[in-house]
Amino acid sequence: MAEEQPVSHAAHQEQVDFREVQSSPEFQELRKRQRSFIFPMAVVFLVWYFAYVLLADYAHDFMSTPVIGNINVGLILGLLQFVSTFGITMAYVSYANRRMDPIAADLRRDLEAHGVSRPEETK
Amino acid sequence: MNSLQISAATEVTAESIKDTGLLNMIIFGLFVAVTLVVVLRASRNNKTAADYYAAGRSFTGPQNGTAIAGDYLSAASFLGIVGAIAVNGYDGFLYSIGFLVAWLVALLLVAEMLRNTGKFTMADVLSFRLKQRPVRIAAAITTLAVCFFYLLAQMAGAGGLVSLLMGIDGKVGQSLVITVVGALMIIYVLIGGMKGTTWVQIIKAVLLIAGAAVMTVWVLALHGFNLSELLGAAVETTGNPAILDPGLQYGKSETSKLDFVSLGLALVLGTAALPHVLMRFYTVPTAKEARRSVVWAIWLIGIFYLFTLVLGYGAAALIGSDAIKGAPGGVNSAAPLLAFALGGPVLLGLISAVAFATILAVVAGLTITAAASFAHDIYANVIRKDQVDADGEVKVARTTVVVIGIISILGGIGAQGQNVAFLVALAFAVAASANLPTIIYSLYWRKFTTQGAVWSMYGGLGSAIVLIAFSPVVSGLETSMIAGADFSWFPLNNPGIVSIPLAFFLGWLGTVLDKNTESAVKQAEMEVRSLTGVGAEKAVDH
Repeated sequence: MAEEQPVSHAAHQEQVDFREVQSSPEFQELRKRQRSFIFPMAVVFLVWYFAYVLLADYAHDFMSTPVIGNINVGLILGLLQFVSTFGITMAYVSYANRRMDPIAADLRRDLEAHGVSRPEETK
Repeated sequence: MNSLQISAATEVTAESIKDTGLLNMIIFGLFVAVTLVVVLRASRNNKTAADYYAAGRSFTGPQNGTAIAGDYLSAASFLGIVGAIAVNGYDGFLYSIGFLVAWLVALLLVAEMLRNTGKFTMADVLSFRLKQRPVRIAAAITTLAVCFFYLLAQMAGAGGLVSLLMGIDGKVGQSLVITVVGALMIIYVLIGGMKGTTWVQIIKAVLLIAGAAVMTVWVLALHGFNLSELLGAAVETTGNPAILDPGLQYGKSETSKLDFVSLGLALVLGTAALPHVLMRFYTVPTAKEARRSVVWAIWLIGIFYLFTLVLGYGAAALIGSDAIKGAPGGVNSAAPLLAFALGGPVLLGLISAVAFATILAVVAGLTITAAASFAHDIYANVIRKDQVDADGEVKVARTTVVVIGIISILGGIGAQGQNVAFLVALAFAVAASANLPTIIYSLYWRKFTTQGAVWSMYGGLGSAIVLIAFSPVVSGLETSMIAGADFSWFPLNNPGIVSIPLAFFLGWLGTVLDKNTESAVKQAEMEVRSLTGVGAEKAVDH
């Protein structure tokens, strides 16, 4: 296991203007990339989940239609919920690693060079 | 249980289970001994508040993900879902889907930003750019409320489970078991803090998932590794083809259908707002590890729920739903009965010990969350106004652990025989109503204000609890908590469909009606920190 991180007090905290960082093009790009992925994806999986719940709740005949042997539509749609959950998870990780982490790491390096530390240590 | 439908075969099974009580206790004793050694070893480096609450932020993503799965796969998940599928068929399967899909909310919207913004508790994040006192108090109250309902459910479940698994009958015996569980949990959390608790979760998750995997392969092997054949066998044994179709449990009336929508809403939105799950994100060093944690948790939990599908229909096929309903412990006994049918007393002993360990581990996770919230949010920040050092805060946290332990022992004894699933669903509904809107608004809505946060949290918490109190769960039906009275006017068992939208609405209303605006500087700081993780990570990133 890793060593406990040292607690460092940031004396230069007040020199960093977070509003300036917030309005910088790099940060705005990071924010845009995050939101343009997570919001549409959240809508997609919530709609898909509730469509499934409503079908299971109100469309019994449709869900009970046999497909292969004793396996019916409902079971297949249910298993597809698992597939889509695993799929969205992998898609997000790949997107975040490629499109978000590099910008975040750059910004973090710049800010930490200015002595920004954990919020609670600067109170 | 004195159901008239008990068949001779079941009585033999239930009796033989009691004969294995000693073996079960020995296996469980081994688990306690091993985990205690691990907890003792893990606790040697517990010095600071970050050690005690957040395990020194020293766990890796895979370790923490396994611990999250350990926290999440409570006895209600394992015994409850296997039993629900065995008895109610497809409708039991629906639970597991809600429990799994919910993790996408945590992964996409909450985990990383929470890790980057907070320190130990949910309130750290919610009060970051709002007024400290009111928001912290509200967040701590909702945290304690959710932990309390969840704790009661686990403790009440422990008593019932043990009566089945270890052959301990009667209220006194069960109360004794609840006391032992509570005392063990207090010891774990006092000594081990978050590090010890996390290791208990990891060991338990590995045992639980491995045990379920063995049983799943076994059940499939008995049915030619053919899912369709297994389903056919389940229909044949139970004599009810409807267990393959939706609607057996929730399709009875329009009210029960609506109730299911309400439950689905609470399940999918509740997970990412459960305080003991949120707190786990602080035990890793970086947001990237928090992301990996959730990914590991999603895979482990998803695979586990696929196992429960096989195990549930396997129990229906090999034992039959009537026999399960008639056994002591009722629906919850499906998984233990299946273990006995497959591997005799030894497998039953192993599965029982794992199920019992599950309760112990989840209770420990909840207790440290509640203690951290009280000591860090209420004592240190509100009562002492930050004029207390970390040692003093941890001392208070340890005292709180003992107090919460005693309260949950007493509550667990009082809640014996209550519907465990109801208490768990209530915890999810309260979390989704009281916590989630404020978490989402404070992370993503720039204009969100203190008044919005306070209205949303108290409104969500209050409406969820009031609606439950006046629901058929509490009064009006034979199965209600207070069966003799009827003061129910809310028709649904689950309040989510009303209380969750209400809490979102109150958060918006409180904000637009608020004459004060919040600090734009703080908002900028929170947004930058939440996305970049500045200062929240170890200086050297590879």
